[in-house]
Formats: sequence, C-alpha cells, structure tokens
Amino acid sequence: MTTTIDRRPSHGGLHFPDQDERAARKRKARFYDRPGWLSYALLAAFFLGAVFPLWWSFVMGSRVASDINAVPPVVIPGPNFLENVLKAFQTVDFAKALVNSLVISTAIAVSVVFFSTLAGYAFAKLSFRGRNPLMVAVIATMAIPTQLGIIPLFMLVSELKLTNTLGAVIIPGMVSAFGVFFMRQYLVDVIPDELIEAARVDGASMWGTFWHVALPSARPAMAVLGLFMFMAAWTDFLWPLLVLGPKNPSVQTALSALNASGGHTPDYSMVLAGTVVSIVPLLVLFLFAGKQLISGIMSGAVKG
Amino acid sequence: MSTLQAQRRGAGLTFRQKLSNFDYKFSPYLYISPFFILFALLGLFPIIYTVNVSLYNWDLLKGQGDFIGLQNYATTLSDPMFWNAFGNTFSIFLLSAVPQLVMATIIAAVLDQAIRASTFWRMSVLLPYIAAPVAVAVIFTQIFNQFGGPITGLLHVFGLEPIKWGYDVFPSHIAIATMVNWRWTGYNALILLAAMQAIPRDVYESAALDGAGRIRRFWSITIPMIRPTMIFVIITATIGGLQIFTEPKLFDGQSNGGSNRQFQTIVLYLYEMAFPRRDFGRAAATAWILFLIIILIGLINYGISRTIASQDIKKNVRVPVAGTRRTIGGRK
Repeated sequence: MTTTIDRRPSHGGLHFPDQDERAARKRKARFYDRPGWLSYALLAAFFLGAVFPLWWSFVMGSRVASDINAVPPVVIPGPNFLENVLKAFQTVDFAKALVNSLVISTAIAVSVVFFSTLAGYAFAKLSFRGRNPLMVAVIATMAIPTQLGIIPLFMLVSELKLTNTLGAVIIPGMVSAFGVFFMRQYLVDVIPDELIEAARVDGASMWGTFWHVALPSARPAMAVLGLFMFMAAWTDFLWPLLVLGPKNPSVQTALSALNASGGHTPDYSMVLAGTVVSIVPLLVLFLFAGKQLISGIMSGAVKG
Repeated sequence: MSTLQAQRRGAGLTFRQKLSNFDYKFSPYLYISPFFILFALLGLFPIIYTVNVSLYNWDLLKGQGDFIGLQNYATTLSDPMFWNAFGNTFSIFLLSAVPQLVMATIIAAVLDQAIRASTFWRMSVLLPYIAAPVAVAVIFTQIFNQFGGPITGLLHVFGLEPIKWGYDVFPSHIAIATMVNWRWTGYNALILLAAMQAIPRDVYESAALDGAGRIRRFWSITIPMIRPTMIFVIITATIGGLQIFTEPKLFDGQSNGGSNRQFQTIVLYLYEMAFPRRDFGRAAATAWILFLIIILIGLINYGISRTIASQDIKKNVRVPVAGTRRTIGGRK
C-alpha cells in the first residue's frame, strides 16, 4: 500500500528529465538487457511445452482411440472431432454441466466482486473504530486453508437439504478474503480522499458516495477480480465432487465422470474431446482478457 | 473529517442531520459485515467445528456417535496409510515446488529483458493456467499412459523400456508433479517477473558499466532483490501443494491414489476416510492434523522470511514488498 514500486510501462523505459541526455543514456542502457538468441530459444521451448499438451489433446480428440499408441506420437488432427464430442455429450450430461458451471461461476464472481468492493472500500476510504485490527483479521484469514473445513460444511449442506443443488456450490464461495484485500489495495490508491469528502459536503449519503464515486473508480479492479473468481469457480473440483451428484454435474465433475466411464481403458479420443470442450470457454475468455489477467497477477505481486 | 464530526455533534441537530450522522457512523460496519458474517459461517465455523467432529465416533450416515476424545487422532497417527500419504504428499510437493521455482525464475529473468512481442510471450507462458486441474490431470494421464501414449512412444523410439507411470511409486510422483508444474510455472514466472521489473534499472546499468556480466548481475542483483517475492511464492506453493487432491485422484480414477496407494496424498486419504469409509471422525482428525502441519510450515516460512528481511535491511538493500496471495483460486 505504501510501497507502490515504480512500475515502468515497458522494459528499460527509464525516466530521464532531459531529452538529449535521455537518448544518449538509453543507447548505453540498452546493451545490458538486449536478449540473445538463447532467450528466444528458451521462450520458444517453453511455448511448445505449454501448447503441446493442449494441442495433443485436440489431436487425439479428433482421431480414433487407438492412435494413442502411435509411434511417433500423432500431431496432426483427424476428422472425428465432432463425432467424439457427440459421444462425450451422450456419455455424460455435458450440456447441463456447461450451463451449471456458467451459473455457478457467474454467481460466485458477481457475489465476491460486490461484497469485496463494498468491504474493500470501507477499509480503504472510511474511518471507523477497529478498522486496522479487522483488516489484519482479513489478511490472516487469507492464510487459513478453509478447504479443510469440508466435513462440517458437507454436514451443513446436507442439513439444509442443499445437496445436489447449485446453491451448495455457490453459497460457500460467496465471499473471499483475498477479494477484500485485493479491492482495498486498489481503492486506497485510486480514490482521492478529497473526492469522498466533497461528495459528503454536497450532501450525498454514504451509500450514494459508494455508488456514484467509489464504484466507477473501482471498475477495472472489479473486472480483474471477477475474472479470477470466475476461473477459480470454473476449475474447482473437490467441493463440487462432494455435493453435486451425477445428475446435476459441474463441468469438472462431468469431465471426471467421463474419464472414469471406460474403466482402465476408456475411449481416449472421446475423453480428450470432452476435455477440449471443458477448456474452450476459459480459452475464449483468455484470448479476450489475457492481458487483464496478466496485469492482475503482476500487480498483485508488486503492490505491497 | 474531524471538523465535520465536531459540527455534527453540536446542539440542535435536525432529524436529517441525525440520520446523516448515524449513516456516517454505522455504514462502514454495514459494508464490511457481509464479508465477516459469511466468512465466519462458511469458512471459520467449519474449520473449528472440525475439532468437535474429530472427538466423536461420527458416521456419514448414522451421524454423531460416542465421545471418544483423542482416539481418532491416535488411530490416524498410528496408521501406516496416513504416513504413506504424508510421505507421498511431501515427495510430490518437492518434485513440483523445486523445479517449478527454478524454471519460473529463469523464464521471468528471460522476460525481464527487452524482449520483442512481450505480450505474446507472457500470454503463452500463462496459457496452461486456464486448463482446470481436472483437465490437466486427464490430459497428462494419457500423455503418461504406460501402455501407449506419447512418452512411452518416445522411449520406444530410443529403444528404452516403458516406465510404469501408473504403478511405480517414484514415476507416479513425477507424473503428478509434472501436472502441477505445467499448470503453475508460468503463473509464478509472472509474479517473479513483476518483482524483477520493480528493481530500478540504473542498478543494472551501473553494474553493467562496472563490467558485471549477465550471470553475475542475475546472482548479485536480481536474486537478492526478488527474495521477498520468492518467499511469498514458496509459502503459497506450500499451502496449495500440501492440499493437492485433484491430480492424484484423477491419475487413477478407479482408486484413491493408486492400486497400492502409491500416490495417495493426505487430502486423498481424508477423502477416502470420509466418503468410501464414511468415517467422518477420522476424516475430521486428518483435516485438523493437516491444518496444523500447514500452519506450522507457514510459521517456519514466516520466521525465515523475517530473518532474511531484517538481514536485508542491515545490508541496506531495498526490499520490494510482496503482497497478495497467488492462490486466488487455490490449488484444489
């Protein structure tokens, strides 16, 4: 919060007062961080490593199961992708799973973003008794592995007759300590205190100030937090596995059921085609909002 | 603010002013209460109530039974299966954390140069993160298919014997650690990259002008300056890594961690106790034991990082502060 470290827009973009001096220094400065061919080779290798498993699962998903034994491994897609996807949809209820996961992830993202912005704003910009100890409590809770409370949580959900409903997944995910922390860190820098003071002097209510002053400035951080929460909910497995039955699956429990459907020798092509289907929604999200994800991860690491 | 408050405390306030005063005083509590109430109910209460469950004979179907004190803990701690899971968890954790950190640091250092098309490379580094652990596990289970699959195919090309990835202890740990590494290396690389970019460029420049080579600058400037972030990455990787479940569960979908529990982890052991065996008491005891292990390791990490940080201040090195957790989604 206090140590927002100088974040340069690009690598080596140093800030110098004088133009001529700057150009001269820049020429000199450049030599030390000019990447060699080895750097690009490393990145290319890493790129291939990142892409290969995804590409290979698409390739396998578009061929026949026995191609898994091909030597050397297959790398060119075949003609059977749609057929395999269709088989996957017939084996498990993928259509329902996709809708369910969309509902769950959206509900969790909206809820976490709303409650986090509200609390983050209060912690960042309002003064009240006990603010600092309560903020410390929020930070401390981030370190608690709440996943280990699943036994009583499971009992609670059964008691409330929520088993097999989407509510069983949504409700435990409605707030996040990380979210509160994240929004507080963002809002503390981004809203000037004078702006809130001015809104009050003009007679705005506290809620009015939040709604008309804080919320608009919070939008970029809300989008990034929502993105992360959506992805986290979409990829979660253990909890949905416990509370959602096979009749009402999430994408991940459906995929795991698909994987288990053939015993020790499943129809590999069908399973991998289903896997591709489960990844596509986040892949699309990534292609549109990848830059925001990257900036979210990177700002989270630097802002103290 | 204080003058405003003083004015409002004056005599003869209208109803409107009183209302505004009330609004001013209590709104902050109203704004933070949804988080605290829901967290207390759905996060904190279950963790604490786990202790209660662990002190009883407690069956999934029959419910609460007799109070048996610490019996569940004693049974768990004397169960060879628990220690097997304990060993597997740490083995998989080390096989994933160490190579992951080394690779992430190298990639971050490469990206910290004046790279062309840096957005493209950053996105490609993050790409695996969008695949859910279930999907990653399914894909890699086939890549490591011991009866066929690309790796067995490659080994065959080089005339090597196939490795029993799904059966032997160490190979199965490598396969599972590979899943974790594949998904998280790029993510951690971006966190470390952010820390590297926070290092003032003139430090590098003057070191370069003084004749320090690339490698020397990396070890003498980059590594010391990103150490707090590094520790932060290690702590979050530990919290996540010790709770690994999805990858070993899916690696052999028919069992709970392999036919001989070769890769059963602690959370998988907990799962087996709770659901196939319906013994909630034992599962709760396991959860609480793991909770204590995580807290203990967290405290050790915290202690080490404080010592290092204070040494850094003595050496007058500027310390970038690590902030948020990386387990936004948690590693589940």
